Amino acid sequence: MTAEQPTYPPVSLRSQIPFWRDERVLRILAQVVSAILITGFVVWMVRNVIITAQQRGLSLGFRFLTQSAGFPIGESLIPYDPSMSFAYAFFVGVLNTLYVSSLGIIFATILGVFAGIARLSSNWLVSKLAQVYIEVHRNIPLLVLLYLWHSAVFLQLPRVQESIVWPGPVYLNQRGLYMTWPRLTETGQPFVIGFAAGLILAAVVWVLLSRLQTARGGNTHYVLISLVVLAVCTAAGWIISGGNPIALDVPELRGFNFRGGMHLSPEFAALLVGLVTYTSAFIADVVRAGIQAVPRGQVEAARALGLNYRQALSLVIMPQALRVIIPPLISQYLNLTKNSSLAAFIGFTELFFIGKTTINQAGRALQVILLVMAVYLVISLFTSLIMNLYNRRVQFVER
Amino acid sequence: MATRSEILLPPAPPRPIVWLRQNLFSSPFNSLLTVLSLAFIIWILNAALRWVLLQADWSIVFNHPLLYAVGQYPREALWRVGINLTLLSLLIGASWGCLGRALRLFSLLYAAMLAVGILWPAQFETLTLTMRLALAANIGVMGLGYLAGRRPFVTGRRLVLSWLAALAIALVLLSGIPGAPLLPLVPTGLWGGLMVTLILAVGGIVLSFPFGVLLALGRRSSLPVVSIFSTIFIEIVRGVPLIGILFLASLILPLFFPPDVRFDRLLRALAGLTVFSAAYTAENVRGGLAAVPRGQEEAAMALGLNRYQVLTLIVLPQALRIVIPPIMGQFVSLFKDTTLVSGIAVLELLAVGRSVLGANPEYVDQQAEMLLFVAAVFWFFSYLMSYASQRLETALGVGER
Repeated sequence: MTAEQPTYPPVSLRSQIPFWRDERVLRILAQVVSAILITGFVVWMVRNVIITAQQRGLSLGFRFLTQSAGFPIGESLIPYDPSMSFAYAFFVGVLNTLYVSSLGIIFATILGVFAGIARLSSNWLVSKLAQVYIEVHRNIPLLVLLYLWHSAVFLQLPRVQESIVWPGPVYLNQRGLYMTWPRLTETGQPFVIGFAAGLILAAVVWVLLSRLQTARGGNTHYVLISLVVLAVCTAAGWIISGGNPIALDVPELRGFNFRGGMHLSPEFAALLVGLVTYTSAFIADVVRAGIQAVPRGQVEAARALGLNYRQALSLVIMPQALRVIIPPLISQYLNLTKNSSLAAFIGFTELFFIGKTTINQAGRALQVILLVMAVYLVISLFTSLIMNLYNRRVQFVER
Repeated sequence: MATRSEILLPPAPPRPIVWLRQNLFSSPFNSLLTVLSLAFIIWILNAALRWVLLQADWSIVFNHPLLYAVGQYPREALWRVGINLTLLSLLIGASWGCLGRALRLFSLLYAAMLAVGILWPAQFETLTLTMRLALAANIGVMGLGYLAGRRPFVTGRRLVLSWLAALAIALVLLSGIPGAPLLPLVPTGLWGGLMVTLILAVGGIVLSFPFGVLLALGRRSSLPVVSIFSTIFIEIVRGVPLIGILFLASLILPLFFPPDVRFDRLLRALAGLTVFSAAYTAENVRGGLAAVPRGQEEAAMALGLNRYQVLTLIVLPQALRIVIPPIMGQFVSLFKDTTLVSGIAVLELLAVGRSVLGANPEYVDQQAEMLLFVAAVFWFFSYLMSYASQRLETALGVGER
């Protein structure tokens, strides 16, 4: 049976699909339309801003930043006086934000890890206490906590003349916390340089020797050697600076106020304590979840291999728990940094507060807010960059 | 092979003394911890109770129940708030009846809250007998709602629709209709207290959720332009503090739009909260979308569903079920974040408390009392939300197949 070959008309697939159903065309079309819509919206808004600004006689430039700020700043890490420029005042605010956030991150981590481990304690009472601490702090708004610490705790302390004295001496009163603090003497600089050099050298030695140990086996005593390097460099700095690089600065009551020592204002103290307690509750949950994520069999296997509990913890449990803990931990750190902007409500002079003061002094709300947001954005993006790099290092290599 | 014929009973709970030894005194260190914790608990309870019952003066809290509840909302228009409260009670009761045990404790706590209102230790001039009776009637309404909710015609879908309808009715009732003699306009500047806190929280949640889902889909889109714009938006919003966004909304929003477009202050706050919450919701939803196996999508396509159907019938239902816990957590934090709108002069609960404090010099020493009251209210609602979300997870079988 010889069937005749049916003859098909020449086909071109392209010509059969009309362009309004061709996926490639549609994809491009959708993108062009959305791009036009979004840019159109942005352009429209910017145009409105310019028109409104002209109508109201607002200037949109950033030249005001070089003018003198004219407002005092209570707490500053660098010398500042009101005759300096807005840009400099702004920088003071950035430093204060970074200062309170980094202190907050350190203390919140310590407290949070402590509370997280307590939550997992086999002791029922300890575990319940930790749970109450966590639930209380997780469910109260941070702003309420800050007000509580500020106006119900730190501002209710006794007056200056009746300060509470703790050993140190540390004085606690309505104007804040005054404590004895080590300060560099005039000859202190070589000591600092020696210490810094020691730290760097010790870190280099640590990394090199520990790699050598991994590569060749045996014991290179890297912990001991790097500690010795640090000690030698620091001691050299000590000797060069004449043996007295650091002096204790003791606060003293003179007239109506304390002079000298380290001073923390009630605002700073309230902000720090509030941020630390609030964030530590979240960190505690992160830590607990991380430790619970390590299967029990891992611990048992480690013990069966002859590791003692300390080794099992540091070599088996922690590396695996950290992989789960680190990403949410970093996002808590970012939250803490962003939450430090709530200081504007209780009056600690960080970035946001200085931004608000600048708006009161010079107007230019738009520029100031954009600058403030840009700083927070840079901090956030920088942190997520580092986090992504770290994550790539510790992620499981898929088998 | 021998089989066991007897039925194994679950292990009996240990006797109290054994339980104590296992959980509190298992080692010398543990015993020390127990003793220290007990001492700490006794010390703190003693101090706290002494202060709360004997030293604290709660008049700043007790004397102004209406201010904390509704702010400066005109007292002659309070019946509108009352109708909304009744709707709320009815719907809570109906949801309890329909969803069952998951909402039992939630509803009972709601009734307890009403009971606290009835027994509030304020003078009868402030909280009149009528208001107290109205609160009592609400408990009855909730009971009626429960009975109605048990009927088969109340389904989950209808409940969701009624909640949304009630929200719309509530907003119209509260703000009034221009020109209507029965419902004169009440400017939002007069709204305040817990009412505004709840409106902002519920409004923010309802608006930010669809917005967040869209952003998440946009970020995962295969169209580069859409995905880039969504990513930029999400990352910028997540990178800045909420208070900055609220300031932007309150100071700058009027600049962004033509001068004749006027924005209500409450609306600006709501816009700021929505944008902020949407970015976080988007990231949560993105996690859920990533967890749906690709095979699901491919199988749906192979069955002949179109893109829209694949998304709404196959991918989203699975993705959203996975992300219920983080999304509920996000909503709790949105609820707590509503306190920040006091920074742009919206009188939510905390701001009302502070203005009561500022306006009456006799309360100058009662800051702690006011703040602790506000903290307790927020704690109550947030804890209720997280509790309800846990029950919801069990009820919906999140994480199970």
